[in-house]
Amino acid sequence: MTDASVPQNVAPPPAEVPDVDLYHAHSWITKYVFSQDAKVIAIQYAGTAITVGILALVLSWVIRLQLAFPGAIPFIDANVYYQSVTMHGMIMVVYMLTAIFLGGFGNYLIPLMVGARDMVFPYVNMLSYWVYLIATLVLVSSYFFPGGPTGAGWTLYPPQSILTGTPGHEYGIILMLVSLILFIVGFTMGGLNYVVTVLQARTRGMTLMRMPLTVWGIFAAAVMALLAFPGLFVACLMLLLDRTLGTSFFMPSLVELGERKDYVGGSPILFQHLFWFFGHPEVYIVALPAFGIVSDLISVHARKNIFGYKMMVWAIIAIGVLSMVVWGHHMYISGMDPWFGFFFAVTTLAIAVPTALKVYNWVLTLWHADIHFTTPMLFALGFLVTFVNGGITGLYLGNVIVDVPLSATLFVVAHFHMVMGIAPVLVIFGAIYHWYPKITGRMMDERLGKIHFWITFLGAYAIFFPMHYLGVLGMPRRFYEMGETAFVPASAATLNIVITVIALAVGFAQSIFFYNLFKSLKYGAPAGGNPWRAASLEWQTPETPPGHGNWGQQLPVVYRWPYAYSVPGAPEDYLPQNAPPMRGEHSP
Amino acid sequence: MSVMGLFFVFIATVAVMWLVRQGVLESPWLEEGEVAHYRRAGRAAEPPTAGRVGLAVFLAVAGCLFSLLAAAFFMRGDAPDWQMPPIPGVLWVNTFLLAASSAALQIAVFAARRADAERVKTALLVGAVTAALFLIGQIWAWRELLELRFFASSNAANAFFYLLTGVHALHLIGGLVALARTTDKVRGAERVTKALTTRVELCAIYWHFLLFVWLLMFAMLIGWADGFGAICRRLLS
Repeated sequence: MTDASVPQNVAPPPAEVPDVDLYHAHSWITKYVFSQDAKVIAIQYAGTAITVGILALVLSWVIRLQLAFPGAIPFIDANVYYQSVTMHGMIMVVYMLTAIFLGGFGNYLIPLMVGARDMVFPYVNMLSYWVYLIATLVLVSSYFFPGGPTGAGWTLYPPQSILTGTPGHEYGIILMLVSLILFIVGFTMGGLNYVVTVLQARTRGMTLMRMPLTVWGIFAAAVMALLAFPGLFVACLMLLLDRTLGTSFFMPSLVELGERKDYVGGSPILFQHLFWFFGHPEVYIVALPAFGIVSDLISVHARKNIFGYKMMVWAIIAIGVLSMVVWGHHMYISGMDPWFGFFFAVTTLAIAVPTALKVYNWVLTLWHADIHFTTPMLFALGFLVTFVNGGITGLYLGNVIVDVPLSATLFVVAHFHMVMGIAPVLVIFGAIYHWYPKITGRMMDERLGKIHFWITFLGAYAIFFPMHYLGVLGMPRRFYEMGETAFVPASAATLNIVITVIALAVGFAQSIFFYNLFKSLKYGAPAGGNPWRAASLEWQTPETPPGHGNWGQQLPVVYRWPYAYSVPGAPEDYLPQNAPPMRGEHSP
Repeated sequence: MSVMGLFFVFIATVAVMWLVRQGVLESPWLEEGEVAHYRRAGRAAEPPTAGRVGLAVFLAVAGCLFSLLAAAFFMRGDAPDWQMPPIPGVLWVNTFLLAASSAALQIAVFAARRADAERVKTALLVGAVTAALFLIGQIWAWRELLELRFFASSNAANAFFYLLTGVHALHLIGGLVALARTTDKVRGAERVTKALTTRVELCAIYWHFLLFVWLLMFAMLIGWADGFGAICRRLLS
């Protein structure tokens, strides 16, 4: 195959990428607070996201307590319940998952994995974080305004979301909309950076098809987010005008408390279209980075190249493209034309093809592999199981006929928590255990990590698996109280109590993770530069944690793809991407 | 949403073509023979600058935003209460001004490529002034409508008029900030460098984009696009 006499010519890298002038921080403030270094911004993003994530976790306890013990806890009235449902959903989906995958992992990993010194627009990157922080503060501040945060449900459907019956209709809804608009502005700044960095700042030899799948996943998700978030932006802007200026974009003529409102002829369905034009891609904005990260975790900890790399890349792209044309499946019960519903059902089910392809490839990567059951690997495997589970219920819900009776029941709640709640969160944990040694230079405690994994994984299953059953029984989501309902048996109430107890326990068990996180910062075993013996570029930095500018004097040169594991004839069982080519080697 | 669909098909086509050119379809490790040439799917001789790519991505985002607004306009325009306000005559003048502004910036680009610093300065200034006049003209149009008591709350068509022109104006204001910084750079520079030419080019591209958006928007507002809107609605209902 290869002419072995000229090993230095194997896979010659393309044209040199010019080195960049780096921004240099001069004071403590510009180094650690208003920093333009993507790694610091990443940690700021992740820290903020996890902090609001904990708030959202506590809110989920409020929801669960009410569902298990209706009316027993004095401070949970209907308003608090609806506010908790709304804030839990919105924070988890937008302010936690999106921010941590793209702002956190994107910022940390993209420059390191493609061999760049930093993002291409560091100043804009810094602004992105600060706008995100302000958006978060605006959202949380709604707790301190009269009426509290909005209780409209995370979908914020008008007309109900801005009418007086809904908690937080005075200030809460305005703050929510303003906060989302700010978030989108901030995200667009960050998203531009992620995309342009991948396009422009790849080091010598790093072709698109040599990028780790993590970068592919984050890249595709960033592109999708840039195209999808304008939908939410337009929806929020117009709803804000309906609320503040009395325009009638979405608000139909209606009588409220015997009083005729000034709204005329608006279309609530229009809002649903705009919202779900963002809302469905959002699922994949969260899922694609998770797919990418899981591919890398599995490959590294199974010491085997990822099966079907090219297919994986094409599957990511296909999912990205398809997911922009499926939003209507959230609106099957909005009275849409059956042909229209048919179209959306077809596109929705078509997404199962590239997704299943990815699952097969993960499984085939594991087949006959040298699997190391490290904590990151356990979380990756946990993801596989939960994702397949959640994906299969997605096939049920994608069919119009099956969806209509199941819509707005706990079956839907169970489905999306499995597929875009638990599955990505497991990946986040796995990724933190995996990259923590690079970020801090110390290992996290494996024993605590494994305890954390089993409690989280089994616990999450115990919470959401029975919920499918409750959904099939017909138990509706979002109801404050069931009262006496003929079709819901008494055992459902017992099941609700069981779920709540487990949810509380799993929530508290996360303190094991945080204890491990902070303890390892000081007492963790020194990790060295490459503790997992991984091939991708971020593990080959001259310093650990990587210094400002990542690569010391010389940018790395890449000679192969990031999955050169168990290469025959190699000195170790892996070949780093930047190791000079071996004689006769023919890696991708 | 058909408008959005069209826009999305356009973006997806560009993206997929680009990906194929980058070699995502190839399997270099399966190819026999001389390995040295298998990286033909690398970069062009002179790769585009980060600023250019950044602007292209931003234009895709802004294009998405305007397409969604147009989609919302057509969908909402179907309702029986929809009553377009009269279009102030000043908008024709504004259209001319924005076109002039766009042309001035294109002249600045040509001058910058010839390294004619004086001409660049003049052209940028003309571009900025005409753009500012366009904004003043838009405010004038708003005032005219408000004086005739066409309020945003009285009809959704009025609201869309203010929303569309407002969002467009905000984009132009952002562009003016960038243009001011470029003008400042050109004034400070002794000669027109390559980096400066790129800056001027970026401003010009952005201006052409905003002119294009404005022309489509104007066509929508004066009703020339009603037929298109009807087709869109028929597709989706």
